[in-house]
Amino acid sequence: MSAAETVASSVRKGVPAITLAGVNKWFGALHVLRDVNLEVAMGERVVVCGPSGSGKSTLIRCINRLEEHQEGQIIVDGKELSNDIRSLDAIRREVGMVFQSFNLFPHLTILENCTLAPIWVRKMPKKEAEALAMEYLERVRIPEQAGKYPGQLSGGQQQRVAIARALCMKPKIMLFDEPTSALDPEMIKEVLDTMVMLAETGMTMICVTHEMGFARTVADRVVFMDRGEIVEQGVPEELFANPRTDRLKTFLSQILRGH
Amino acid sequence: MSDLAAGGTPAVPTVPRRAPITMIGPVAWARANLFNNWWSSAITLAMIYLLVKVAVSFVSWAFINAIWVVPVSPAGVANTEACRAIAGVGACWAVITEKHRFILFGTYPYEQHWRPAIVCLLFIGLYVVSAMRRFWRWELALVWIAVLTLIGVLMWGGILGLSYVPQERWGGLPITLILATFGLAFAFPLAILVALGRRSKLPAIKALCVLYVELIRGVPLISLLFMASVMFPLFLPEGLNIDKLLRAQVAIILFAGAYLAEVVRAGLQALPRGQYEAADALGLSYWHKTGLIILPQALRLVIPPLVNTFIGFFKDTSLVLIIGIFDLLTAGKTAIIEPAWQGFGVEVYITLGVIYFVFCFAMSKYSSGLEAEFNRHRRR
Ligand SMILES: Nc1ncnc2c1ncn2[C@@H]1O[C@H](COP(=O)(O)OP(=O)(O)OP(=O)(O)O)[C@@H](O)[C@H]1O
Ligand SMILES: [Mg+2]
Repeated sequence: MSAAETVASSVRKGVPAITLAGVNKWFGALHVLRDVNLEVAMGERVVVCGPSGSGKSTLIRCINRLEEHQEGQIIVDGKELSNDIRSLDAIRREVGMVFQSFNLFPHLTILENCTLAPIWVRKMPKKEAEALAMEYLERVRIPEQAGKYPGQLSGGQQQRVAIARALCMKPKIMLFDEPTSALDPEMIKEVLDTMVMLAETGMTMICVTHEMGFARTVADRVVFMDRGEIVEQGVPEELFANPRTDRLKTFLSQILRGH
Repeated sequence: MSDLAAGGTPAVPTVPRRAPITMIGPVAWARANLFNNWWSSAITLAMIYLLVKVAVSFVSWAFINAIWVVPVSPAGVANTEACRAIAGVGACWAVITEKHRFILFGTYPYEQHWRPAIVCLLFIGLYVVSAMRRFWRWELALVWIAVLTLIGVLMWGGILGLSYVPQERWGGLPITLILATFGLAFAFPLAILVALGRRSKLPAIKALCVLYVELIRGVPLISLLFMASVMFPLFLPEGLNIDKLLRAQVAIILFAGAYLAEVVRAGLQALPRGQYEAADALGLSYWHKTGLIILPQALRLVIPPLVNTFIGFFKDTSLVLIIGIFDLLTAGKTAIIEPAWQGFGVEVYITLGVIYFVFCFAMSKYSSGLEAEFNRHRRR
């Protein structure tokens, strides 16, 4: 029984949240995603790792179509990604994303950052959206910052706001692209704690990160990518303890040396 | 903390104090910048001497020796001999006293001058109200429409017992304000659309916008105005005659639109890509993304160049004089054609300059306040 199959049988049953089948993508002549096949079940938590430039960001950005793939199929929450704007908007409503560089809207307060999409996309009344936003800001433990502007917050606080902002849309799936790598070491923990807490609520998560401790505690499955391919995947302990490919071995030794 | 104190650091924190006055006050500034050695002291003194001399001679010309009124014969001809006698020594403000209504309102029927006067006040009121952020609500658009309609009614008349005044007789300040206000009110939204269009993914829209900007930028405003006044009517079907002022207005809008579009585009380009991506990732539609995230930030970034363009363009409206439209500058020039007043151009041009300056300076002051307020979120 392969590692992937073990994982597939261990996760909760039901329709897959995300299916990538034979996905290929090029940037000009550069082949960044090569025949990627990946299935993520509802409620599953997947960590994607791999060396720099291996296509991790590109992979998760294809899932909400910040990047367009050129070949293959991507199905999110039962809807296939295509050029149809209507279905794209529907998918983006269900998929939250957290970026490495936070990307909060600097001209809006923290509260406005969080209520913007619920009000304009979900057509939620303002009062209700604000109550919802405060609820999530409390959950990421910064309700007292609601009236400030992003520029007045620390990096860790900004990233937690970014998480709250995404959660305010009540997404079914959350994507994280190296959410802690722009942060000072003392702030990494507060963001990771927030993510662990989110994982405990049963959110479907795909997370690009090099935080192996986080992967161990939270991930149902770790996917290792190199040069645009998924090279290996499996439950964290097994994958880290018995890497089967040289590429993963090299990568793990580099990561461990780095820490 | 405790081991630091043990290491000999004072337990009481140092009290913050002000920098010494000799280092920061105006005296210190003057010493550092104006009198820091004998050479710069000499230059400073020479400059002060020159400034005082120029100021004194200007004040005596403009105020002390000036003539404010001259006798006017019953036939309406002014006797300007007194003025000619002091030419070069004192200003003849009598030309303004005598001609100010012509300069301000041009050939508009004299006894109806209250109408353009109210129009000017309405314009200024509109600017003041629009400048206050407290009134920045969608209802403001209704106020604009209502006021502009009222302005049209006042200028043209023909209803409500007002006598009809054809557009050829309008002139002076109302013309300048009409051209500038309508010009900006239409050119600015046009510019935003064109700037967005230049970044469109649709090749046809993009090409159209590029073509528009490049074509308009490639020709001087004067030739655009000529085209509007001379060539354009040739293409119109017989009998259809679009008013000259309207044609000039369209030329001005197209011209300003192209320049403003480039300014807006610079702001769009300065925004980090992450802002677009975050808005996309939240599922905002194109127009929500543009209206709520992109434009508010992009426009704030370009307030200084925007206002620069606004000001330049306010003054450019005076170029309509070459196609015979009677704006403020043309009215001023015409006022001194009369033989009695020939040779008093300086006084008239100074007055016109002051009027233009007041408007432009107000714009400039307002924008720097706006800039400070809008970019407050950037400060920590
Ligand atoms: N917009 C783009 N245009 C051209 N090439 C790109 C673009 N974005 C990414 N690439 C290239 O695609 C490859 C994969 O990039 P990607 O950002 O997905 O890597 P990554 O695994 O996320 O790396 P990192 O760990 O450094 O974030 C890299 O070689 C990168 O240079
Ligand atoms: Mg990346």
